[in-house]
Amino acid sequence: MKYTKDHEWLRVEGDVVVVGITEHAATALGDVVFVELPEVETVIAEGDEVVVIESVKAASDILAPVDGEIVAVNGKLVDNPGLVNEDPLGSAWFFKVKVDDLSVLDEFMDEDEYNDLIG
Amino acid sequence: MADDLLRLGLHDLHVSLGGKMVPFAGYEMPVQYATGVMKEHLHTRAAAGLFDVSHMGQVILRPKVSYQETALAFESLMPVDVLGVAQGRQRYGIFTNETGGILDDLMFANRGDHIFVVVNAACKGADIAHMTAHLSGVCDVVPVTDRGLLALQGPQAEAALARLVPQVAAMRFMDVAILPWGGVDLWISRSGYTGEDGFEISVPDAQAGALARALLDQPEVLPIGLGARDSLRLEAGLCLYGHDIDTTTSPVEAGLVWAIQKARKSGGARVGGFPGAARILDELASGPQRIRVGLRPEGRAPMREGTQVFALDGTPVGEVTSGGFGPSVEAPVAMGYVAANYAEIGTKLEGEVRGKRLALTVSAMPFHPTTYKR
Repeated sequence: MKYTKDHEWLRVEGDVVVVGITEHAATALGDVVFVELPEVETVIAEGDEVVVIESVKAASDILAPVDGEIVAVNGKLVDNPGLVNEDPLGSAWFFKVKVDDLSVLDEFMDEDEYNDLIG
Repeated sequence: MADDLLRLGLHDLHVSLGGKMVPFAGYEMPVQYATGVMKEHLHTRAAAGLFDVSHMGQVILRPKVSYQETALAFESLMPVDVLGVAQGRQRYGIFTNETGGILDDLMFANRGDHIFVVVNAACKGADIAHMTAHLSGVCDVVPVTDRGLLALQGPQAEAALARLVPQVAAMRFMDVAILPWGGVDLWISRSGYTGEDGFEISVPDAQAGALARALLDQPEVLPIGLGARDSLRLEAGLCLYGHDIDTTTSPVEAGLVWAIQKARKSGGARVGGFPGAARILDELASGPQRIRVGLRPEGRAPMREGTQVFALDGTPVGEVTSGGFGPSVEAPVAMGYVAANYAEIGTKLEGEVRGKRLALTVSAMPFHPTTYKR
């Protein structure tokens, strides 16, 4: 598992990167009440706003951590946004993105580095 | 936290309960506890929630000559029947300005030989100056600076509080009473800001911690932060000053006509005589240009403050002033101002969220039924 400074986690499945948010992020957001997902086959570039999350407190975005193409989204979150708080590291993944070269993940933090970040 | 933020008397208790402290109205306030906003909201609707609202302003108007003279002078500041409030009863009030806008909203009570007033934290300095400027000929305007204010809200609030103060069980909605507990007088009203039955309790600072702990020891009671306070009042259709009402919105536009009693309207015994009477009486007769309404987004996306509202033909018709997710409604809820000809309940409109026009419907408020003990 790799981590971004924006509190996303990235997990490799074959040639696809699965993206979710960390427990730290989910706790900070508070109870999630709305999730808007991108469409499958959307081509995304690093930094694009790809997911909207609204909690009881505020709206926030998930930014694309890498360039690639969305190959799957987790529709369960649309009907049950609270899953983001219940199981952020597992069943509450947001989308899967196909990348050209998995070595792009090397630039991201490992777990120890991320834990240092959130202190 | 910035040095200029004030701390509540119960600050350490909030922190020990896992309160996440944020700046609000010049104070460090708990926005939520470890429980979280959603569960705090639902707990208040199901059992009882304890809120520290000690940041609010408490003021006594002590007559120099007679209660009646003070009550009539107080009526010169708002379109409200003060004189008609019986002893031991509380009423909602609205300070208006010369253009008919709202300076603040408040609660006031007839406590026999004086009036007890509770005002919003962010306005309390201005309110006290306003009352002093206009009322000090007939009464002393005395800020109460040595008491905290706790709210206990929810269907089990009576059961929890009655274990400490049995007499509260006999109180009805908007009754006030001074009742003893732990060797001090509690100033209790049966009212609140959640749409639920409940109480607001003014307590001397020295006993506020002990009272809060005694209430939290009751099995029904959890501490509730500002986050849930906001979603509870939104579901109850209650205005938040500075958001849903301000110096530009008149009480008629704000849908607060119910707060303007017959005596102060045209044909009433004491018609007018309050700031902005010309506009307010005219709007009462002819209807306002815009009006505050409930808005129900049809999808799941919350429509928050500032969301622009459009008619189906694209005409801009208004704006959301409060909005979010309603945990008890299990859907987004909002309120805002729309042009009067789009204000009928059931009117289909659209709100613009992140560049997209999403369906919403003008809806009756409250969004969640109130449970006041009348």
